Amino acid sequence: MEAQAAARTPIMKPFVTEARSAVVPADSATKLQVRNLNFYYGSFLALKSISLDIPEKRVTAFIGPSGCGKSTLLRTFNRMYSLYPEQRAEGEVIMDGENLLTSKQDVSLIRAKIGMVFQKPTPFPMSIYDNIAFGVRLFERLGKRDMDERVEWALTRAALWNEAKDKLQQSGNSLSGGQQQRLCIARGIAIKPEVLLLDEPCSALDPISTGKVEELIHELKRDYTVVIVTHNMQQAARVSDYTAYMYLGELIEFDVTDTLFIKPSRKETEDYITGRFG
Amino acid sequence: MSAISPDNSVYVSRRRRNVVMLSVSSLALAFGLFWLIWILSTLLYEGGNALVRLSLYTQMTPPPGADGGLANAILGSLMMAAIGTLIGTPTGILAGTYLAEYGRQGWLASATRFINDVLLSAPSIVIGLFVYTIYVAQVGHFSGWAGSIALALLVIPVVVRTTDDMLKLVPNSLREAAAALGCPTWRMIMFVTYRAARTGIVTGVLLAVARISGETAPLLFTSLNNQFWSLNMNAPMANLPVVIFQFAMSPYDDWHRLAWGGAALITLAVLALNILARVLFGKNA
Repeated sequence: MEAQAAARTPIMKPFVTEARSAVVPADSATKLQVRNLNFYYGSFLALKSISLDIPEKRVTAFIGPSGCGKSTLLRTFNRMYSLYPEQRAEGEVIMDGENLLTSKQDVSLIRAKIGMVFQKPTPFPMSIYDNIAFGVRLFERLGKRDMDERVEWALTRAALWNEAKDKLQQSGNSLSGGQQQRLCIARGIAIKPEVLLLDEPCSALDPISTGKVEELIHELKRDYTVVIVTHNMQQAARVSDYTAYMYLGELIEFDVTDTLFIKPSRKETEDYITGRFG
Repeated sequence: MSAISPDNSVYVSRRRRNVVMLSVSSLALAFGLFWLIWILSTLLYEGGNALVRLSLYTQMTPPPGADGGLANAILGSLMMAAIGTLIGTPTGILAGTYLAEYGRQGWLASATRFINDVLLSAPSIVIGLFVYTIYVAQVGHFSGWAGSIALALLVIPVVVRTTDDMLKLVPNSLREAAAALGCPTWRMIMFVTYRAARTGIVTGVLLAVARISGETAPLLFTSLNNQFWSLNMNAPMANLPVVIFQFAMSPYDDWHRLAWGGAALITLAVLALNILARVLFGKNA
């Protein structure tokens, strides 16, 4: 499995976007290759020729001011935009050698491989147990015992098992906001995706819940490729291995998180992270 | 002096305007409630005696001067309302689902929504005449089926509208969350959005039932009436609204009493349905 992955995706070489800053995450294979990605809301060009490589089993953060396109970029990875007829993407997002953006791809399968957690917690109107079982049942026929195990496994990984084990049959809405968000993460990992997209997962949470989710992200990167969009630069610095700074639909700089925050190579990035702008 | 003080003229006039508007709206409320309470108390006063007599529920509609009840009319009303609801509800829910989940912005959806709104406010007598023309006149006799069809046509627009509205209230983030798990649209609708909108949709159905249980005009042209106990949907069928209409217009006191009883019965049933809808809705809202 490991060897296969290595053969499939060569060790990442510095990838230069429009002769700008180089990407040098040399310690990991590439999970998602983004090439010349343009994104349109109707006729509005929201992403301008984005190219970057998302490293496997690492946490990559997208930062930038509101409207810079970081969420839009995230939503192209799992073809979320396909729900809306007026939105479209051009270019390539390559996973396992295949371009996810072509119309012959089965979006349900892509989304099962690339899970997503949203800004606001979105528990389904059903029990905690069923919230998790719902996604699993889409792709697997499990007996009662296997399903119980899977639910426990997912809740444990999402650091929610201890709080939820005695009320699995209660509605998902009965949980607090932070617990709901962890439930959504549990629901996402229960179907065993390869990539997890987190779209500002902590922006509706209090600091303690945020801390728990951040710890969880640290845990998750052992098995998953995690991509997180965040408004909060400290959060990006805390949880991510790589950070991309975006502005007005362009990728300004993409680098190892420490480098980007300590020694950014572009003036725009420096202005943003030091608070002189945005 | 600061502008924020109790005798600030802007504030004083604003407060005065508030008192005036509050009195006017309270008066309007009292005016509306006054008639409603008058209607309800008259109904109970006139129909209460008939309502508590067992014969109302066990005996057939009598000829003038004889003793009797409304059993056949109650049965006919229940049967036609049930069949009308059974036809109208699935049709309405499916159409509403198309509008809210699939059509959304397309021209077909907006055209359907417009026509449905027209149908929603169409006088029920038009529906009765329509069914009379396309069904009763063709087969040559009044029947329970014709009545049920007319009632179904009244149920459909109500259910379409509430289903559409209630599904549109379901936040899109829930749909995206389901899609993000790789869930196909039909499954997302069945297991996520229907669940989220369930109480609203059920309320819409109950309100539709409440509406058709008192409709007279469409039944006058379709099921007409029947003096006897009849389960035959292919024959004319007794029903409360038409019986009330005929008995109330008659010169006989016995018939008047039964008409009051029937009117009170329908009103209480509709009231019960409304309360049920409210309880269902209140619990999850």
